[in-house]
Amino acid sequence: MANMVRRHTTSARLWRAGLYTLLIMAALVYLLPLVVMLLTSLKPLDDIRAGGLLSLPSTISFEAWSKAWGSACTGMRCNGMSGYFLNSIAIVVPAVAISSLVGALNGYVLTKWRFRGANLCFALLLFGCFVPFQVVLMPMARTLGWLGLASSTSGLVLVHVVYGIAFTTLFFRNYYVSIPDEMIAAAKLDGAGFWRIFWRILLPVSGPIITVTVIWQFTQIWNDFLFGVSFAGFDSQPVTVALNNMVNTSTGVKEYNVDMAAAMIAALPTLVVYVLAGKYFVRGLTAGSVKG
Amino acid sequence: MATLQLNNIVKDFGGTQVIKGVDLEVKDREFVVFVGPSGCGKSTLMRMIAGLESTTSGEIAIDGQRVNEVGPADRGLAMVFQSYALYPHMTVEDNMGFSLRLAKVPKAERREKVLAAARILQLEPLLDRKPRALSGGQRQRVAIGRAIVRNPSIFLFDEPLSNLDAALRVQMRIELARLHEELDATMIYVTHDQIEAMTMADKIVVLQDGVVEQIGSPMELYHHPRNRFVAGFIGSPKMNFLEVEVRGADAEGVDVALPGGDCRVPVAGDGVSAGDTLTLGIRPEHLVLDEAGPLTGRIQVIERLGGVTSLYLEHGDSEWILVADGNVAHRVHDEVRFTFDPACAHLFTADGLALAHLTRHPLADIDRKENRASSASDGR
Repeated sequence: MANMVRRHTTSARLWRAGLYTLLIMAALVYLLPLVVMLLTSLKPLDDIRAGGLLSLPSTISFEAWSKAWGSACTGMRCNGMSGYFLNSIAIVVPAVAISSLVGALNGYVLTKWRFRGANLCFALLLFGCFVPFQVVLMPMARTLGWLGLASSTSGLVLVHVVYGIAFTTLFFRNYYVSIPDEMIAAAKLDGAGFWRIFWRILLPVSGPIITVTVIWQFTQIWNDFLFGVSFAGFDSQPVTVALNNMVNTSTGVKEYNVDMAAAMIAALPTLVVYVLAGKYFVRGLTAGSVKG
Repeated sequence: MATLQLNNIVKDFGGTQVIKGVDLEVKDREFVVFVGPSGCGKSTLMRMIAGLESTTSGEIAIDGQRVNEVGPADRGLAMVFQSYALYPHMTVEDNMGFSLRLAKVPKAERREKVLAAARILQLEPLLDRKPRALSGGQRQRVAIGRAIVRNPSIFLFDEPLSNLDAALRVQMRIELARLHEELDATMIYVTHDQIEAMTMADKIVVLQDGVVEQIGSPMELYHHPRNRFVAGFIGSPKMNFLEVEVRGADAEGVDVALPGGDCRVPVAGDGVSAGDTLTLGIRPEHLVLDEAGPLTGRIQVIERLGGVTSLYLEHGDSEWILVADGNVAHRVHDEVRFTFDPACAHLFTADGLALAHLTRHPLADIDRKENRASSASDGR
């Protein structure tokens, strides 16, 4: 950008100033909810009652955060979000790992070990990307009951894996299509078999698409509410469901600062993932479109 | 020792035959080139030999042993691919040693073999690099090195030079020929580039539509093409073809009518009779500009290459390409007369088969090894 040729007339400068003003305004509008949440979570209740959504807190206190984490009431229990946060991790980590691995294997078979009907198989899998959550609720509930996994963490992991495979397969298949078949042929001649080629040749070059898949799956599963509220048991509810229970409680005084802190806690992991790996996400999505 | 026999090989892809019964015998230490237009099945045939593609029917035998049911890694072959097919996440050394690693060869021995191959290909300074830090020519050498390390009985090359620029291709061509002698290996090479085929092969296999059109030494193919396809495919620019009427024919030659008078071509005329129509084939480099020549044409295009000049001529509805020396002063639209030595001409029957020449060209049976000074001639 630094070496771009620009006109330096007065009207050009005015245009540019106007453009930046507009962009900054737009950015502020998008940032505002987050700012309000953060400010509110740091205010004592008295400040909030005094009104003024955007007013700065009189004293900054992290009391709301520690309450949200450790002692706020979610329905019947008053142990804060911490337990549910761990529940979410216990669901997300295996679900992301399994669905990504299965997706990678599917992509590998669909591109490098093509069989009769591979395209039909892929088309049907793709169909899975367009099935709305609500449609599968009832059959999924029956299936989980039949498998003896109802109201358990494993059951939720299974649901997310099944629902995620369509997406992960799509990602990996499209990435592996661009990897030359000759590389696989060379590995076969070198004496590598099906699994050896997968572990030693294909997975090591899948970095960009693994990043995309993991981020995608992580945010999808972490942010899921519907499956969580439908299939989780009392002890396996994810953080999103806990947040809802906390905010929607109808007893006592409404503690907005605690609610906001809890919402921040629930949103933090996905935020962190995007900040840390967002660059690779974009890079991974565009990988292959430009030859390195 | 490594010989290869193909007996009536057929490949059927869902009802379409892409290889229609190929027979081939490759001798030990021979350099065989498969050549043909794209889609002729040459790469498929090579992949079948490598074991990457199953064989619908027929038998592949290496050293007399049937290998149809043997997996690609166990046939004792190594293959070099057009796209190099290096493993991008491994260093040059790991790329070359991958097969040995899978075969559980001890590390020290592995390194020794990789180093030996690297020495042959001058890759030693590059052993720690990743493929993306190499130039195209270096990558190709690594791919060849990976093949050498396996110490295969037969090397397979699938258009290995097509991704290189012209100057590098010439250099690699010579290097491959040198390698062939140094390794004393049997090599099979697929290309669509006839210069590669002509310069490197002991034996060329010309393929079209899954059928072998002719097998022979480069000079045999050039001077004694078996049919019209081979005649047109080998040689550049392409051979000129002209429909001619037979005036008379016997075992000593065939008289044909040309626009500027009759001409006797010294080919066996058995089975040909006066009044038949044949196709006369004559290579552009065998046409000679001659004020008194029996053929005429008007120049449409002149391509001056310095050393030689190609003239594209038109006469009526027939077109001719004539390769003359570099000092031709003619201009476009000039009318020129030209002739040829009938001994250089070929005659093809209506079904495309060539009538046999009465005398064999003196160089038709020349051995490739007679074309270069080699270590093999030192009595090794």
